[in-house]
Amino acid sequence: MDRRTLLKTIALATLLTGGQAGLASAADTIKIGEINSYTSLPAFTLPYRNGWQLALDEINAAGGINGRKLEVVSRDDGGKPGDAVTAANELVSRENVSVLFGTFFSHIGLAVSDFANQRKIVFVAAEPLTDALTMEKGNRYTFRLRPGTYMQAAMLVEEAVKLPAKTWATVAPNYEYGQVAVKVFKELMSAKRPDIKWVDEQWPAMGKIDGGATVQALARAEPEAIFNVTFGADLTKFIREGNTRGLFKNRAVVSLLTGEPEYLDPLGDETPKGWIVSGYPWEQIKTAEHDAFLKAYRAKFNDYPRLGSVVGYNTMKSVAEMIRKAGSTDTDKLIAAGEGLKIDSPLGPISFRAEDHQSTMGGYIGKTDMKDGKGMMVDWRYANGADYLPPSSEVAKLRPKN
Amino acid sequence: MSFLFIQFLNGLASASSLFLVASGLSIIFGVSRIVNFAHGSFYMLGAYMAFTLVHKLSGGTIFGFWGGVVLAAAAVAVVGALVEMILLRRIYQAPELLQLLATFGLVLIVQDLVLTIWGPEDLLGPRAPGLRGAIDIFGQSFPQYDFVLIILGPVVLGLLWLLFHRTRWGTLIRAATQDREMVAALGVNQSWLFTSVFTLGAFLAGLGGAVQLPREAVNHVMDLQIITEAFVIVVIGGLGSVLGAFLAAVIIGELNAFGILIFPQLTLVLTFLVMAVILVVRPWGLLGKPEGVVRGGAGAERPIKPLSPTGRNATVALLVALLALPMISGNYGLSVASEVLIYTLFAASLHFMMGTGGMVSFGHAAYFGLGSYGAALTVKYFGVPMLAALVAGPAVAGIAALVFGWFCVRLSGVYLAMLTLAFAQIAYAVVFQWSSFTGGDNGLIGIWPAPWAASPTAFYYLSLLLCGGGIVAVRRITFAPFGYTLRACRDSALRADSIGIDLARHRWYGFTLAGFFAGIAGSLYAFLKGSVFPDTISIATSVDALVMVLLGGVQTLAGPIVGAATYKILHVSISSYTDQWRTALGVIIIVLVVAFPMGIVGFIQNRLLRSGRVEDAA
Amino acid sequence: MSANTLSVRGLCKNYGGVAAVSGVDFDLAPGEILALIGPNGAGKSTCFNMLNGQFPPSAGSIKMFGEELVGKKPRQIWRMGVGRTFQITATFGSMTVLENVQMALISFHDRLRALWPFAGGLYQEQAFQLLELVGMATQAGRPCSVLAYGDLKRVELAVALANSPKLLLMDEPTAGMAPKERIELMQLTADIVKQRGISVLFTEHDMDVVFTHANRIMVLSRGRVVAEGKPKEVRENPEVQATYLGTGAVYDHSKDTGAA
Repeated sequence: MDRRTLLKTIALATLLTGGQAGLASAADTIKIGEINSYTSLPAFTLPYRNGWQLALDEINAAGGINGRKLEVVSRDDGGKPGDAVTAANELVSRENVSVLFGTFFSHIGLAVSDFANQRKIVFVAAEPLTDALTMEKGNRYTFRLRPGTYMQAAMLVEEAVKLPAKTWATVAPNYEYGQVAVKVFKELMSAKRPDIKWVDEQWPAMGKIDGGATVQALARAEPEAIFNVTFGADLTKFIREGNTRGLFKNRAVVSLLTGEPEYLDPLGDETPKGWIVSGYPWEQIKTAEHDAFLKAYRAKFNDYPRLGSVVGYNTMKSVAEMIRKAGSTDTDKLIAAGEGLKIDSPLGPISFRAEDHQSTMGGYIGKTDMKDGKGMMVDWRYANGADYLPPSSEVAKLRPKN
Repeated sequence: MSFLFIQFLNGLASASSLFLVASGLSIIFGVSRIVNFAHGSFYMLGAYMAFTLVHKLSGGTIFGFWGGVVLAAAAVAVVGALVEMILLRRIYQAPELLQLLATFGLVLIVQDLVLTIWGPEDLLGPRAPGLRGAIDIFGQSFPQYDFVLIILGPVVLGLLWLLFHRTRWGTLIRAATQDREMVAALGVNQSWLFTSVFTLGAFLAGLGGAVQLPREAVNHVMDLQIITEAFVIVVIGGLGSVLGAFLAAVIIGELNAFGILIFPQLTLVLTFLVMAVILVVRPWGLLGKPEGVVRGGAGAERPIKPLSPTGRNATVALLVALLALPMISGNYGLSVASEVLIYTLFAASLHFMMGTGGMVSFGHAAYFGLGSYGAALTVKYFGVPMLAALVAGPAVAGIAALVFGWFCVRLSGVYLAMLTLAFAQIAYAVVFQWSSFTGGDNGLIGIWPAPWAASPTAFYYLSLLLCGGGIVAVRRITFAPFGYTLRACRDSALRADSIGIDLARHRWYGFTLAGFFAGIAGSLYAFLKGSVFPDTISIATSVDALVMVLLGGVQTLAGPIVGAATYKILHVSISSYTDQWRTALGVIIIVLVVAFPMGIVGFIQNRLLRSGRVEDAA
Repeated sequence: MSANTLSVRGLCKNYGGVAAVSGVDFDLAPGEILALIGPNGAGKSTCFNMLNGQFPPSAGSIKMFGEELVGKKPRQIWRMGVGRTFQITATFGSMTVLENVQMALISFHDRLRALWPFAGGLYQEQAFQLLELVGMATQAGRPCSVLAYGDLKRVELAVALANSPKLLLMDEPTAGMAPKERIELMQLTADIVKQRGISVLFTEHDMDVVFTHANRIMVLSRGRVVAEGKPKEVRENPEVQATYLGTGAVYDHSKDTGAA
């Protein structure tokens, strides 16, 4: 009994000395905190990390920001919002970072965003797709780079309404992202095409899809078209079962995210043809700014970029530009700089809207195809996020007034 | 009609895969009583190895494919044998469930290992040669490969039956499942028997993973996806019963296949609902028998004793140090210290239930999480001040424990543990799915402390007061008649019953109290983080609590405190320094388990005993 | 209210068609020591477990001072004043000898759910007295998990006496003990029950113990009472001699130790 106290004291002492050690750091760098789900979602977050590291190197090679170098302190949240808040707290309280960025999962994004609101520090969310982040639960400290669920669904709807199909079924992972994607897609579709009937919906638990049963259930409803929101391992299983069982024969499919290399590449020779997807056809984009990014990325990592790489790269660039424009790391000045901030990204110029802090980064909409046993996108176009932002009236209605 | 038949076949195909994994788990448990948490890792390794081997061996030939699958399973079997001989063999004498802790360490290590060897991306293996297409059944397409799976399940079941009933080895295994001491007394080399059983179990798990190759992309979360489901099947079937596992696998497989037609939204919870119902009706699963008396192991716990003068002084010193902490620590250190305190109470509440009360819980997060939600929801909907929320949270947790506990306390051992898990998962699903009320997976945010407690120092003192007070209260209750009553029920149900103790009733009260204290920890956690998410109720949180208690030593009162502090501090600090924190944590856990099989505090007590400072014990 | 401590009529127990106990009738007077003997499988333990409330009888009635016990749970029967020891001792291994007795006293005084007082401080005096009675006071602070078997039997006796019982049910009280210990323990038991006027029903394989201490003996064979009476009468009963005592297989000590 008495030794336990000794142990505990030692443990605490270790913690505390560790806690103090971090305080001494050079004043000539600007510290930035970064959090993401590196261990739980490596397929997305490792390319993402490459992306921001590339941007960071470029920025520092060019002399840093306002004469100071940037230093990023990065933490893994293990896929848990509680751990993300601990990490955010460590970064802000112990590492004294000026800005936070990162996160993939929606709920973790929300947790960190709320922490940022509480601690009055700017947070640039990289990936979380939930619309709540900029709408109902938005706050003045949070900015988001990637187009949210609404915007992504809206981009696909534009193509989907052109399909002759009148009966539709949906399949989506059973959590907020899947639910909202389906809801928005249905609303926008039905508004433009009142003749559409929704004949079935499947809600496999994320990561636990029962491929055969789900495919069979969808087939039974005999829809003319299917809207899919599953991704990752679920998507692969769904597609393989669907291919074997002929679900996709003579049936249109509209599918979120499927064209992203993260999800498209593992499909290999199973890649379905002619699906309308959002994605990132990195090997076919021939703009100068993308070429430069691609070349630099391949040189540094000897690998091709995923969409996550672009997200990481753009987020880092946005943070840097925000600090440069603000001319300081003062939070209020950073926010003022962030509203309306413009950066040049590999996908073209993007800006952050003042009213909801959402960037206008867009996405690529096209069709899937297969060449030499590998998936690719064809007939694609860049959908500029600016054209798909939620209506200002909607934002004004939903976003809390600060 | 044809559609229903196809859906039935779909269910059978899934059932076969589940059965392969679950049968191995069941056999291992039956003989060695090891709750093998790493069984999912074997499954995942089987899939990854099959991916590599099939690519290496086959130019698309049938032999190459199936050879690769079998070789992969064999490779996993070798891994299993090594794990048993190098690690588990050292800790068979430890208290029950400590092996679970060791296998949890393995899970962490394998996760990093797989990432390092095979990379982060999902890997889609080839289809099985000769079985690429579909067969037309009543106008519906059904994959040829799934027929192989449907046949594979009963074939493996038959082979296992032959193995168990037609070989001497099998007879010994069956005997050991009934009574392993007896088999040891017959002069059978027990370690050889255990190694062979573990190897067979690992082989089956590896095979289960390998045959998934043509069905799904191999990915690095396969381990955790399968493990709970495998446990559910083992428990529904009855621990140690291979035929039971088969029946349960068919039930779950069919349930999923047909469930999604009728209740597409219930995918999260369907299996757990069924498990809960089956366990309530049949407390030992479908074909299980009441668990035999577990003899040997670590032996009886020592009597509990109030603090010695040294212990008292040390506790006072610790308290002084904790009170003085804000003077030397920064804000981050204080927040971490608050978190450690919260987890310490959480672990202490679990220990009260499983140590003092003898009721192991795999779902203690339910009460922690419902405490968090109780607090957060009252803030959100009634705008009550923080203090009121800190009352409401534990009340919600206590009520939940009262309801769930009523069913759970009628069971015992692993069955009880799995029923707690089922209820936790049901609570999780409700919170997850009821978005309009609980915020769903996006959780509830903006649950920050009242202004007077907002500073890290103030919140730390509040945590110290409530958690310290909670721990003192738990300790006091342990020494009070009620704590003795719970230990009486744990030590000997027969004797307790014959001195007038209503077992179910007192265990029920104990369960509820444990839930209540977990709820206090959970409520504080909500305010510490400023938000609540369903993951507070998740299996991962329950496992964390279990790990903390086992790490500290389940047979000691100070165990959960030391275990929680050690685990949480390790977790927080390691993940700050390395991306490979899972490997680091896994290795540390395994080292601790092997070095301190009685837990850290148990080890210290034993040392004190040997030096003669604590008198009289086994 | 009946004068008899126990009054058993037509007690039966069937296990899937096999009658383990059929039609057992007997009475037990206050202060009487009744031994239940018979070969292995005669139904002694089944009888005991029905009296104790562990198993429900298939038929029959068990009345204690006129009150029906059938249908009551063991813990309720205990509260009516029935103490019990087991063939294989059942004690609380993680508690000391003293605490084991205190536990029974806490239950007796209905304080099981108290959350505040230290259990170790409750009813210490009474517990000590009971331990002194059975000669275990010197070992009061030792954990039950480390006691010798004979000492555990004594602890059980002390626990069984904690609720001031009117009836003691002892299932092979001396099984597994050395011959000298057996005699000591039974003598002790006999003295205590005599002094307190407690009725005792016990089963036993050791005929020395049985014939020395029992006031009356009941012989059970294949679930039926084949003889009943004073020790002397039973010893001389030809049927008993034929079926049980006289076969030369009266009792095999080594077997008994093995069974315990």
